[in-house]
Amino acid sequence: MLWLGGVYLGSLLGLVWQSFYTFDDFAGKVRHDLGFDTWERLWSNETNRIIVGRTVLMALAVTIACAMLAYPLAYFMARYATRRVKAVLLFLAIMPLWSNYLVRVYSWKLIMAKEGALPWSLDKVGLGKGLEWALDLPYIGGQGLTFSLLGQFIVFTYVWLPYMVLPVHAALERVPRSFVEAAGDLGARPATVFRSVIWPLALPGVVAGSIFTFSLTLGDYIVPTIIGNSKPVIGAQVYVYQGVAGNLPLAAAFTFVPIAIMAVYLTIAKRLGAFEAL
Amino acid sequence: MGDVARAAVEFIGVSRRFGSVRAVDAVDLEIVDGEFFSMLGPSGSGKTTCLRLIGGFERPSAGQILLYGADVSRIAPYDRDVNTVFQDYALFPHMTVLDNVGYGLKVRRVARAERTQRVDEALALVRLESFGARKPSQLSGGQRQRVALARALVNRPKVLLLDEPLGALDLKLRQEMQVELKRIQREVGITFIFVTHDQEEALTMSDRIAVFNAGRVEQVGAPADVYEHPSSEFVAGFVGISNVVNADAALSVVGSPEPFTVRPEKIVLRRYEGVTPPEVSQNDCSADGVVRDVVYLGAQTRYLVEADAGFDLVVVQQNQTVTGAGPTTIGRGCRVRAVWPSDANRDMTIKGDS
Repeated sequence: MLWLGGVYLGSLLGLVWQSFYTFDDFAGKVRHDLGFDTWERLWSNETNRIIVGRTVLMALAVTIACAMLAYPLAYFMARYATRRVKAVLLFLAIMPLWSNYLVRVYSWKLIMAKEGALPWSLDKVGLGKGLEWALDLPYIGGQGLTFSLLGQFIVFTYVWLPYMVLPVHAALERVPRSFVEAAGDLGARPATVFRSVIWPLALPGVVAGSIFTFSLTLGDYIVPTIIGNSKPVIGAQVYVYQGVAGNLPLAAAFTFVPIAIMAVYLTIAKRLGAFEAL
Repeated sequence: MGDVARAAVEFIGVSRRFGSVRAVDAVDLEIVDGEFFSMLGPSGSGKTTCLRLIGGFERPSAGQILLYGADVSRIAPYDRDVNTVFQDYALFPHMTVLDNVGYGLKVRRVARAERTQRVDEALALVRLESFGARKPSQLSGGQRQRVALARALVNRPKVLLLDEPLGALDLKLRQEMQVELKRIQREVGITFIFVTHDQEEALTMSDRIAVFNAGRVEQVGAPADVYEHPSSEFVAGFVGISNVVNADAALSVVGSPEPFTVRPEKIVLRRYEGVTPPEVSQNDCSADGVVRDVVYLGAQTRYLVEADAGFDLVVVQQNQTVTGAGPTTIGRGCRVRAVWPSDANRDMTIKGDS
């Protein structure tokens, strides 16, 4: 444990150290002069700010979508499903995690392609117009689903959904049936029971799940390079700075943006009791 | 109770099946307004299902349940004027004691001022005035139990249902709460329906007891009735300990082949001095035998006597004198004569297996 901590914190500190180096644009080389040059560049560059904003918005949107999809499913599994149905549903929720993530992302590229299964079925059920309308939207739209932020959002939601379903289901399972009965017994109608008892008690599970969906979206650079409008996200930008431009200091400094965001996020999550729900 | 007493709860031919299992099987029952009524039985006898039927958590498969004359069989729990104290208390862990107790009033939109006042009263009733700000996790088992009670009583239900509420408490606390529950019931005057598998608890607290077995009611009556005049072998065996004397043995003891039961505390053991048997008066029954086991219980001693006629008798004697290892002490292997008044015999051919 200590050893692991040492390696982990050591690398982090190394990263901090590197971020204080300076990058010489003309020579394209890293100069070992310590200073706040890099950090200043990180803040002052508007493109970088837009990248951070876009990534955080995407992570938030994916998290909310995952929660909205996972909650009813988990609720059904925990409250109404028979033992057998529950086992099947849990299995179905976990099964995608067995196949490679790249395979799944590329499959979605095929599914969402112009002649792919998704637009085709939407067309068949008469929702083709709806898809066109969505793709015409200014920010999230694009040439096709595979070339839009909307498509990127769909794929992100799909790949991280199991990480939301499992903790929410676990949290709902832990709300004893007698709590629900007691609330009803005291005069609360089903909607009130949900709002005053089930929701607050299952909230830590939702927050725990959101840690996964949020942080995984925040740090991912593979999905945005395969699907989307090729506008970079944090992960992809770090990759560009570090690999293509050779600007290690800026890449190092940029890495701290998601770390800082996650630190804030985890603090709030801890307050809401998410760690007890894991 | 008499004819004037109103029925608080009535079961009319109520059955509840779970698949092929008949948890409650054609039960007829009348619980009188204001009484402390216990449902006693082993686990799986249907007593808890009956309570849940009154609370509305289960619907009857057949029959009707009346609450003060009105059929509530199809009415949801939140529309019934009954409240439940759950076996695991079911206190909401994310709310303080005050919020827990006030929950029922809040969801029924009772004004804040009245709510505060009634919550305070309820907490005073269970003697937890100063615990309002705590969370359930900061309370002991006994305190949680009281909060659960206050949370139910604050709504002033017509009937209070208690599902083995003392089961999780240790012996001393349980006895305290038994007295406490009786006091509270006298003070609020609400009908209490109390489910328990502990016969002593049922005998101590109840005005009347219904003994459940295999989904049916075996007997309903006052504690002394049920104990002294069990109407079936099951009741005799479940409420207290009973010696069952079978037909063959009965022939040798009372001269007729009708099986009967007799309570262990009605029997007196007399030592054989040499070969002379102790005297027995005309109104007494007796059986000779050998003491096979002696269990010292403090206030009493329990003996297992193997009668010569081929049956076993459990005998309980009060330890009225200081017991030592003197010559009068009855020990293992002693030859004794067990003597009891013949009017302590209870016929048990009334009911067969049902």
